[in-house]
Amino acid sequence: MLEILSTGGIVQLDFEPMWLTLQVATIVTLVLLVVSTPLAWWLAFGKSRLRPLVEAVVALPLLLPPTVLGFYLLVSFSPTGMFGAPWIALMGQPLAFSFVGLVFASTIYNIPFVVQPLKAAFEAFGRDPLEAAWSLRASPLDTFIHIAAPMALRGYLIAGVLCFAHAVGEFGVVLMVGGNIPGETRTLSIAIFNYVEQIRYLEAHIWAGSLLAFSFVALVLLYGTQPRSLQQRR
Amino acid sequence: MSGIRAHFDIDRQRFRLKVDLDLPGRGVTALFGQSGSGKTTVLRCVAGLERAPNGRLIIGEETWQDEERGIFLQPWRRPIGYVFQEPRLFPHLRVRRNLEFGLKRTPASLRRIGWDKVVDILGIGHLLDRWPGALSGGEKQRVAIGRALLTSPRLMLMDEPLASLDQARKNELLPFIQRMRSELDIPIFYVTHSTDEVIRIADHIVLLSDGQVKAFGTVAEVLSRLDLGHLTGERDVGAVVETTVESHEADYGLTVLGLGGQQLRVPRIDAAKGTPIRIRIHARDVSVALTRPAGISILNVLPARIVELGETTGAVVDVRLDAGAPLWARLSARSVHDLGLKPGLEVFAMIKSIAFDRD
Repeated sequence: MLEILSTGGIVQLDFEPMWLTLQVATIVTLVLLVVSTPLAWWLAFGKSRLRPLVEAVVALPLLLPPTVLGFYLLVSFSPTGMFGAPWIALMGQPLAFSFVGLVFASTIYNIPFVVQPLKAAFEAFGRDPLEAAWSLRASPLDTFIHIAAPMALRGYLIAGVLCFAHAVGEFGVVLMVGGNIPGETRTLSIAIFNYVEQIRYLEAHIWAGSLLAFSFVALVLLYGTQPRSLQQRR
Repeated sequence: MSGIRAHFDIDRQRFRLKVDLDLPGRGVTALFGQSGSGKTTVLRCVAGLERAPNGRLIIGEETWQDEERGIFLQPWRRPIGYVFQEPRLFPHLRVRRNLEFGLKRTPASLRRIGWDKVVDILGIGHLLDRWPGALSGGEKQRVAIGRALLTSPRLMLMDEPLASLDQARKNELLPFIQRMRSELDIPIFYVTHSTDEVIRIADHIVLLSDGQVKAFGTVAEVLSRLDLGHLTGERDVGAVVETTVESHEADYGLTVLGLGGQQLRVPRIDAAKGTPIRIRIHARDVSVALTRPAGISILNVLPARIVELGETTGAVVDVRLDAGAPLWARLSARSVHDLGLKPGLEVFAMIKSIAFDRD
């Protein structure tokens, strides 16, 4: 808690939602960067007929109202649900309204923000450099680590920033599956909602303004900085 | 390495390839044909970048592909060097790291071609610390060739390495490829649709059209065949002739070339006696006389015998001659009639100019 003296009296700033939000966003971003890589790779280079279907499923969170996605996730998180039942059997705790459930939901919701930039980055260089690397004795894994990943560096940067910023700001899904539990699922956007409900506009202003500034700075950094290797090759 | 045997059969919607090849395991073999003839596909099959169903590929003693026995060696396990049409350098690595990429992945015991040798042959020493983006097209392609060579491949596969370059860059790069060919003992498959490159680089040629092998043989044999003119895309029929340097006539700035017991005089070539020189004599540069012409300025007049009259196309006929080596003469149909030219007739071939396709 930080106490700020203002014309309205003493304002108490609660930092807990901020730390919680940063934790969720960091975990979600890291998980998605790893998990989305093979998925984006398959979408970029695979030859299966299922591709358009999978691509549509991956893009769904972009179009679905967060409450719709949140509702289905909530149902699946229930102690008898698809994810909730095995979780409770394994961990002895319900998945809904928990930190883990929140991270899980946020991960699902952010998939397109990572998969799509990665897929675009892979498609931008295509098969050509991969074939060149294979002809130089590099196995597919070796090729990915030393050729594909560095060449897709900017795609990873875009994906990471978009995912992180988006995870920080997510509201609908969080409210549906996480609820509003301090220290467990009360993220910044929920906290702002609470402040507005309680007509505590000053606190709402401080956090809303912080989020606005954060998102803006993230985007400026993203568009303003070229990865070194990209600059140097010209 | 002994020979290379390849059998590829691909049947796709708009493309069919069916080749059965038995190729020499040394020297440069040109895979020649127009676009869509399947030459690049053959090369990709050899590299394992495409997998022909029912394919079979035996390199010397090793089987790289035999679908009947379920054998298919992945591209990264094949000791080949591949030079693509575009250089495909890795943009995030400096030239040095690009060159090292394959070298590092080649076990030390298999490295036969040294760094210094490759850098020297290709003249890329001054480029090592540059980024690929800062190189010219020709420089990039030299680095790409060097990168492939440094894996000490048992077989070099080159897919139109000059196609993306303009004529000046081509001329700049060709000598490097010629040096590579003469100084390193690696068999090369060289895909091209340029007869000029074939003549300057290749020993053997596989002529492909519509996914099928139309001819295979030495360059001189195949390129001198009139019936293949429509496949080689050459409107200028001509003979490709292997000669050797016999002597130099310093006073006149001439070099005497020997060909089938006869002599040709050409502007001086800087080459020692005995050097083989491959020349091309276009049919349009050869005319024919019934008696040895006197009082003319043409230097090269060879006694020859008419072997065959080609078909008359418009006003001209291509006539095949034997002057100790095969020659073609493009004559007007009128002259052929007036002179009574027919197979077996002894004539004199007057050669107006000679193209040198080899340094």
